[in-house]
Amino acid sequence: MTGQANAGRPNQLLRNLNSKIASIPMILTAVVIFFGGTLWTVFYSFTNSKLLPRLSFVGFDQYERLWAAPRWVISIQNLAVYGIFSLIFSLVIGFVLAALMDQKIRFENTFRTIFLYPFALSFIVTGLVWQWILNPEFGVQSVVRSLGWTSFSFDPLYNSDIVIYGILIAALWQGTGLVMCLMLAGLRGIDEDIWKAARVDGIPMWKTYLLIIIPMMRPVFITTLVIIASGIVRVYDLVVAQTSGGPGIASEVPAKYVYDYMFQAQNLGQGFAASTMMLITVAIIIVPWAYLEFGGRKRG
Amino acid sequence: MKLRFLAAVLAAGVSFSFGPASAAELEVTHWWTSGGEAAAVAELAKAFDATGNKWVDGAIAGSGGTARPIMVSRITGGDPMGATQFNHGRQAEELVQSGLMRDLTDIATKEGWKDIVKPSSLLDSCTIDGKIYCAPVNIHSWQWLWLSNAAFKTAGVDVPKNWDEFVAAAPALEKAGIVPLAVGGQPWQSAGAFDVLMVAIAGKDVFNKVFGDKDAETAAGPEITKVFKAADDARKMAKGSNVQDWNQATNLVITGKAGGQIMGDWAQGEFQLAGQKAGTDYTCLPGLGVNEIISTGGDAFYFPLLKDEEKSKAQEVLASTLLNPTTQVAFNLKKGSLPVRGDVDLAAANDCMKKGLEILAKGNVIQGTDQLLSADSQKQKEDLFSEFFANASMTPEDAQKRFVDIIASAD
Amino acid sequence: MADTTALNARLAPGPQGKKPRPILAPRNIMLYGALIFAAVYYLLPLYVMVVTSLKGMPEIRLGNIFSPPVEITFEPWVKAWSTACTGLNCDGLSRGFWNSVRITIPSTIVSIAIASINGYALANWRFKGADLFFTILIVGAFIPYQVMIYPIVIVLRELGLYGSLTGLIIVHTIFGMPILTLLFRNYFASLPEELFKAARIDGAGFWMIYFKIMLPMALPIFVVAMILQITGIWNDFLFGVVFTRPEYYPMTVQLNNIVNSVQGVKEYNVNMAATILTGAVPLIVYFISGRLFVRGIAAGAVKG
Repeated sequence: MTGQANAGRPNQLLRNLNSKIASIPMILTAVVIFFGGTLWTVFYSFTNSKLLPRLSFVGFDQYERLWAAPRWVISIQNLAVYGIFSLIFSLVIGFVLAALMDQKIRFENTFRTIFLYPFALSFIVTGLVWQWILNPEFGVQSVVRSLGWTSFSFDPLYNSDIVIYGILIAALWQGTGLVMCLMLAGLRGIDEDIWKAARVDGIPMWKTYLLIIIPMMRPVFITTLVIIASGIVRVYDLVVAQTSGGPGIASEVPAKYVYDYMFQAQNLGQGFAASTMMLITVAIIIVPWAYLEFGGRKRG
Repeated sequence: MKLRFLAAVLAAGVSFSFGPASAAELEVTHWWTSGGEAAAVAELAKAFDATGNKWVDGAIAGSGGTARPIMVSRITGGDPMGATQFNHGRQAEELVQSGLMRDLTDIATKEGWKDIVKPSSLLDSCTIDGKIYCAPVNIHSWQWLWLSNAAFKTAGVDVPKNWDEFVAAAPALEKAGIVPLAVGGQPWQSAGAFDVLMVAIAGKDVFNKVFGDKDAETAAGPEITKVFKAADDARKMAKGSNVQDWNQATNLVITGKAGGQIMGDWAQGEFQLAGQKAGTDYTCLPGLGVNEIISTGGDAFYFPLLKDEEKSKAQEVLASTLLNPTTQVAFNLKKGSLPVRGDVDLAAANDCMKKGLEILAKGNVIQGTDQLLSADSQKQKEDLFSEFFANASMTPEDAQKRFVDIIASAD
Repeated sequence: MADTTALNARLAPGPQGKKPRPILAPRNIMLYGALIFAAVYYLLPLYVMVVTSLKGMPEIRLGNIFSPPVEITFEPWVKAWSTACTGLNCDGLSRGFWNSVRITIPSTIVSIAIASINGYALANWRFKGADLFFTILIVGAFIPYQVMIYPIVIVLRELGLYGSLTGLIIVHTIFGMPILTLLFRNYFASLPEELFKAARIDGAGFWMIYFKIMLPMALPIFVVAMILQITGIWNDFLFGVVFTRPEYYPMTVQLNNIVNSVQGVKEYNVNMAATILTGAVPLIVYFISGRLFVRGIAAGAVKG
């Protein structure tokens, strides 16, 4: 920013002064908390800190141990499966619902509240309710069986192969309402005239959405994408409430590994190493994209 | 009665020496939040309040993962509570080393904790560099097999008297539609069950060698292979438990849907709540009926270093109140655990608790794995055994190999 | 369930905007069919929760979670609100309710105010380096909260704010910032640029444009931000207990203690009632703020 002063355009410096002042909280947060905190974390991941951070360096030991741990490898695989499905379904369901809501329907408030209310409930309880509904002994399976279909089997939470999908069902139920809301806000931001023009030109509705509206909503999609994706990377409470990572370690996720090793195992070094790996992965994907997206052009 | 009298005098003495002079509010954090636990804490609070001070309750449910970061943050953030629960053992070591915790040696010597705390290993776990930093309040043991008499009746077999008979009865139970062994999905349950099997099958010495000396050779040896064989039986018997929490698993035993459960003495409280009677409704087998040895883990209170002088005085009062015989009896009866001092009267204890007291008196005790291993190694063990119990394709041999690795790198 | 719908219908503000087409057109049947189908899926768990919360424990143990209660009891609700115990304090969720309000209101206002100005500055008044900070901020959204606990404890301790309400508000503002800033930045960026330019030509400055033009046009996105923050902060448990002391503990501490207590029989009915009670405040906010959505942006009106 010091470069700014020498830019030879004093006018610009003056013009942006307010903007800079207004951005001070953001700059502090980015630099001190996120950047500083991350450096701090990476730094201590090379130590064997236990309960408290301390400076006794052990090189890459924590990382070697991390990648040798079967639980970590399974966590990463689970995150990949959960992430891909969660991203696709959230966006599709969220957008379709928003498009339906945007048809000048009656009881819009009621419908919106119905789709959104799960978001008001904490993950802990979402997990509990779905654990129940999916429980083979008194949930869906037992109800279907009692209707006469006795061979019906549906126990995602107790089957290692599909347990992650059981968690996905609950996550979608909880989160798609917010996606719908974001999309709806985006749709409401679109000029009435565009619809009129499309109608005059005789473009079918689905085509209007696909070719005109969605490209116009790009900023909203990006916001949504970041919200969903960050939620995916940090998924923790839901897994704890629904399965505590089980059966066995079949539904473990990276954030849970980090948390468990930091606080239950009191091995900060190991937890920091795991979170550094998470961050590096995220950074590799996000930073180039974010820089292109937010840095390249003047406006989104 | 004599004891009771003595206790009263002691209590009076305590409140005389500290009480009125230092009335202060003391915030106490702990994770005892439900039914019996809360009732037990209420006893502690009552005793503390009687000294003229005030117990301010800061309960947070969920032990390790939830409560611990809070406690550690509060202490390191410079806004500590007056006292906090920890499992005694190695958890608070570093806080002590950083000089954040209060040294209780003075009051401990004054009240002769060294002589009254039984077994002495409890106080050893509180001792770092020759100074005492915590007040133990109870003893919990892991080595119990709880059996549902009704389940075995339904299956038409006698209630087993030891682990082998139990394994032999498993097919009959299964035939009757009963899950032989209830094991909840939370990782610590399967890891705990394995430790129990180890003491019962391989014995005290092997247990101490593996967990105490971290001897990888023993861990790789034939004794432990036998233990893994037993664990293999256990996981087959546990198939179909489909519950998460330990008390839900206990509930399967109570309702006769499961034959038995390997669980610590805290399971006792569940049977009591359900109105069941030891001997007639359920059977308890310490050491799985094979090796009557119990571990002596438990809870302890730590006291952060405070600046406020009055509160520091109140801390001393609380520490002495916790070990006071009357408090010990009242607290442990409600908690279902054993008192940390051998000189108190537990006439009101039930059959299973009395069995425990007897074993304790005989000195057939081992240290708990929480005391012997770091939380880190414990967690790795949990990861291993929760996978082992859930994943039938993991052979006992593979599991033992990984177990050896954990022990080799344990601290 | 029927009751809720009726209630909602009453609360809903009559027909809005242009009159809808005749309700029985085939297009409408498809439309409402799809919406109602989705609504049933979303409501099913709520139904299970409500039904369960009205049953006694013996009835719950019998099994079928979908069957309506035979004997309706409000005891679980009373218990969840006023008598469930957190350690020695047996006054249920009511204990933390006002604390939650005290935490949520300032945290929501401060975090949204700061983030909306950030977003506005980033969208309309970009300065060199802004993108770098913003990129860091976005990556920050992916850091698991728990990792940041110790660094933040250290920062707050050094600032002398550890354990205070102010400290907690700062923490909520920090962790809400990445997503909220992105939300506002992208929203402001998608508004027609001519608006901004016209105002500049008229000589309006940074704050003037923000308050007079941007703010009124951003209602729907403010609503979304409010939904995000109120829910997030109201449901927050970790920060509420890690960064404050017991006299400020929010309602979620009691909820956690009710739901996570492991000894004794799990009281599912009380759990469910406690959940619904805790979720009630965000729910009410959603419903009330809903109308702001509809008002939307009459882009034409502003442009004129």
